[in-house]
Amino acid sequence: MTTEALTTPPVRAKRNPLRIYWLEAKTEFLKAWRLPVYSVFTLAFPLMFYLIFGLTFGGELAGLVDMAAYLLATYGAFGVIGASLFGFGVGLASERGQGWLRLKRASPMPPAAYFSAKIVMALAFSLLVVLGLFLMGLLLFGVRLPALTWASLLGTLLVGALPFCALGMALGYLAGPNSAAAVVNLVYLPMAFASGLWLPLEQLPGFMQRLAPFLPPYHYAQLALGTMGAGLGGPAWLHTAALFGFTVLFLAVALLAYRRDEGRTYG
Amino acid sequence: MVSSSTLTTKPATTQPGPGEVAALQTVSKRYGSVTALTEVSLTLRAGEVLALLGPNGAGKTTAVSLLLGLARPDKGQVRLFGRAPQELASRVRVGVTLQLSGVPETLTVAEHLQLFASYYPHPLPLVDVLERTGLTGLERRLYGKLSGGQRQRLHLALALVGDPDLLALDEPTTGLDVGSRRALWDGVRGFIAQGKTVLLTTHYLEEADVLADRIVVLNEGRVVAEGTPAAIKERVAGRRVRFVTALPLELIQTLPGVQTVKRDGPATEVRVAEPEPLVRALLELDRTLTGLEVTGIGLEEAFLALTGQREKVAT
Repeated sequence: MTTEALTTPPVRAKRNPLRIYWLEAKTEFLKAWRLPVYSVFTLAFPLMFYLIFGLTFGGELAGLVDMAAYLLATYGAFGVIGASLFGFGVGLASERGQGWLRLKRASPMPPAAYFSAKIVMALAFSLLVVLGLFLMGLLLFGVRLPALTWASLLGTLLVGALPFCALGMALGYLAGPNSAAAVVNLVYLPMAFASGLWLPLEQLPGFMQRLAPFLPPYHYAQLALGTMGAGLGGPAWLHTAALFGFTVLFLAVALLAYRRDEGRTYG
Repeated sequence: MVSSSTLTTKPATTQPGPGEVAALQTVSKRYGSVTALTEVSLTLRAGEVLALLGPNGAGKTTAVSLLLGLARPDKGQVRLFGRAPQELASRVRVGVTLQLSGVPETLTVAEHLQLFASYYPHPLPLVDVLERTGLTGLERRLYGKLSGGQRQRLHLALALVGDPDLLALDEPTTGLDVGSRRALWDGVRGFIAQGKTVLLTTHYLEEADVLADRIVVLNEGRVVAEGTPAAIKERVAGRRVRFVTALPLELIQTLPGVQTVKRDGPATEVRVAEPEPLVRALLELDRTLTGLEVTGIGLEEAFLALTGQREKVAT
């Protein structure tokens, strides 16, 4: 912050909602950025996995597209889910546990500012991880896609963060502050694997292929793969509807958990 | 012309009285099977410092939660500046410190304060807040690098930054060393000097005594006493005198100032307002008296005394 901001007395007679939302999102991002556990884990893991699996399978075909392009979509999904689940879930659980959220609730902060800041933060990290993957695909594995495909892949990956922010919120209210990271990992990693985010679904055991449609990352990955014509063929509206349904379900769970929490934590 | 006052209905108990800043009216609150508050009423008036005093689990934090709109009462009514405490118009006039085990550590003092300042229509300039809370020079330090006392001062700064009319402090000095506690008291006094209102919860009688104009004593979710610090201290002050004697309890009970008497193994234990006259009388009556010990009554015991649940003689 500048010295000017420190010394000039604010003369606003009314608070500025835009400023609140902006500052809330900015501090939320800085807070996460300076936390190596979050920033390194969120950014480095998807890149590392893509590097390893890209080197292993690059050049092979996954259906109609090059494996490196295929994995770009699925590791993009993997990275965005991680940024959303950890940013939202673990952050919420620990701030809840510390009493910090309670102090914010007692303040005149608009509650929506708190949650939208977490979404913005998750989206910002998602953008970073997706751009990192794009660069790696482009430079290292020679992935070539039409400009419109790059754009629609990026857009699909970012919008798809929302259901997982909702899931993160539910986990953040359900899990204890110390166990949240473990709980999120227990949900995140098996779910990502079984949805075909690490390896193409066709290479997984049959029971996992049958289980996948019940998991939200499956629909997310199918939408991302669909932008390059590499999906399994289900219609996009069906995957979108499934993700919308999951979002509603997660928000409902979050609301129930919040109510339970209010009675317990504030006793 | 008919005066409007003749048309108004009789003032209901739900209307705020003059000078009222906040009030709980016959409020009850349960959490599951635990009763946190039972029909508690209290009023906070403009310009006063009210201390809610009580042992752990007495319901102080619940009372503050209700006043701040963090929880809703099962029964009764809560008002904050004449409105529901959840309303924005009430919240922008209140600054709060709660019992926190942590604040996001990777933000600086200035970042924390700037964000909180944005929530309020008339925030104080950051330089003023920093100076008042003794944090000048630390604005670029991350919260995680602050000492315990500095952290507590930042919590107070977060409460002050919106230039509130009411400051609610929930156990502000629990776990602080004497120096930090004194510094925090000074900060609160500076706030009081501006004619503002303070609600304080504490389980330290000393803290309530130093800061408060009025004390409300809570125990097991009920108000058990209310008054000035002097009046409350008089009621809870006292000494416990222990000794080994052959004198019968009935006789000891008639001695000067004795409140309760009981046998505890070979020893006799007496609670008394002033120990000296009792000890003098005892030593005259029993030359063989041994093991004489005079100790202060703990606050827990003082609260029990206030609830009046102790029998006069227990054996």
